[in-house]
Amino acid sequence: MAKLHVTTTINGEPAEFLCEPGDTMLDALRGPLGLTGSKEGCASGDCGACSILLDDRLICSCLMLAAEAEGHELGTIEGMAHGEHLHPLQQKFLEMAALQCGICTSGMLVASDALLRKNPHPSEEEVRFWLAGNLCRCTGYDKIVRAVLETAAEMQEAAQ
Amino acid sequence: MTDIRYLSPHTLDEAVSAFAAAGSAARILAGGTDLLVQMRAGVVKPGLIVDIKKIAEMTAIEETAGGGFRVGAAVSGMELAEHPRFGKVWPGVLEAVNLIGSKQVQGRASAGGNLCNGSPAGDSVPAMIAAGAIVIVQGPNGRREMKVEDVPAGPGRTNLKPGEILVSFALPPRPPGSGDAYLRMIPRTEMDIAVVGCGVSLTMKDGVCTAARVGLGAVAPTVLLVEPAAKALIGSKLDDAALNAAAAACSAACRPIDDKRGTIAYRIKVAGVLLKRTAAIAAKRAREN
Repeated sequence: MAKLHVTTTINGEPAEFLCEPGDTMLDALRGPLGLTGSKEGCASGDCGACSILLDDRLICSCLMLAAEAEGHELGTIEGMAHGEHLHPLQQKFLEMAALQCGICTSGMLVASDALLRKNPHPSEEEVRFWLAGNLCRCTGYDKIVRAVLETAAEMQEAAQ
Repeated sequence: MTDIRYLSPHTLDEAVSAFAAAGSAARILAGGTDLLVQMRAGVVKPGLIVDIKKIAEMTAIEETAGGGFRVGAAVSGMELAEHPRFGKVWPGVLEAVNLIGSKQVQGRASAGGNLCNGSPAGDSVPAMIAAGAIVIVQGPNGRREMKVEDVPAGPGRTNLKPGEILVSFALPPRPPGSGDAYLRMIPRTEMDIAVVGCGVSLTMKDGVCTAARVGLGAVAPTVLLVEPAAKALIGSKLDDAALNAAAAACSAACRPIDDKRGTIAYRIKVAGVLLKRTAAIAAKRAREN
């Protein structure tokens, strides 16, 4: 069976790759595209470590076929920082030690970014519900939730 | 996974002919949140995957002229939540659809997939049954309509004929004084599978219930329409006697299994409790409309 040729946009840049029809988007990101920031935890949509944006909507890349990317826009953790300038969420996760082993972190950041774009002033409860699809076995979540809330507060101040 | 073919047709006719020609080895891909997990686990080995998301009718949400809604089978939970009107008219259907999985899953998973996956515990199904939703199905022999409650055949099975594809849900116009609600019992706050799920839709006029439908999930091989429970509510003022009778009818309709999520006795009891709580929410919404 011939490989499929997929043309898409990743982090604002045109991209193309070859894949098998049964490959997931996560397979394509981590394989031919060399974007290994998205992690495979469970490969069944439970852990959120592979979170990406598909046309600005938060999804698990392990639950999407690579072939489906044709003509769509993807956003991955690799597009979050601008050169040397970290995204405020990334900066805050570092400052507040909102990670330990780091496997869940890119998914947490992508999901948190999606939340703050949709709801710039979330309550703690809203953050916890939004991040319920991102599992972390190290932190106990508290530092992550605090880092997201603190980032939201600072981004609000900066915008005023 | 090497000998899979992937198609993403732009028309329903193309989708139906490819799907029907490939026979039982073909699978429909909407959000993929069940299909990709089943493929990964080796439970399903499709020879053909037909991605239906490029077909406009299957991804559209339309408010029809009479005040009903038509929701494409592949519309995701997040898209339905973002619709300016749908959640106002059908809050119970929306809350049921939005209980399916995490935010990531909501970005992809559809009510159509939830129904066709055939789980007795699918959250959107009792709410759709309570709403009186009809599905439009297209196959090699053309189009037909089915009641949502007639679609599930058993765990993982539907009454769709070979080659048929679920196209959309049609929700009827809402009379004034109507409200719906969905509640499920799970042992945690989020991201779990229903031990019991209950959908109720009611119409109230001058304090009297003039129409009602009740859907019950996770208590039988298929999600159930519980007509005796609806009959107990219709004509009443939703007083304790009527609610107790409806709750008893729900418990009587249960044919559950014992499993790690709940025992038979527990599910039967909870079905009655949930009916009362869900009816109360639906009635409150009905009075506000």
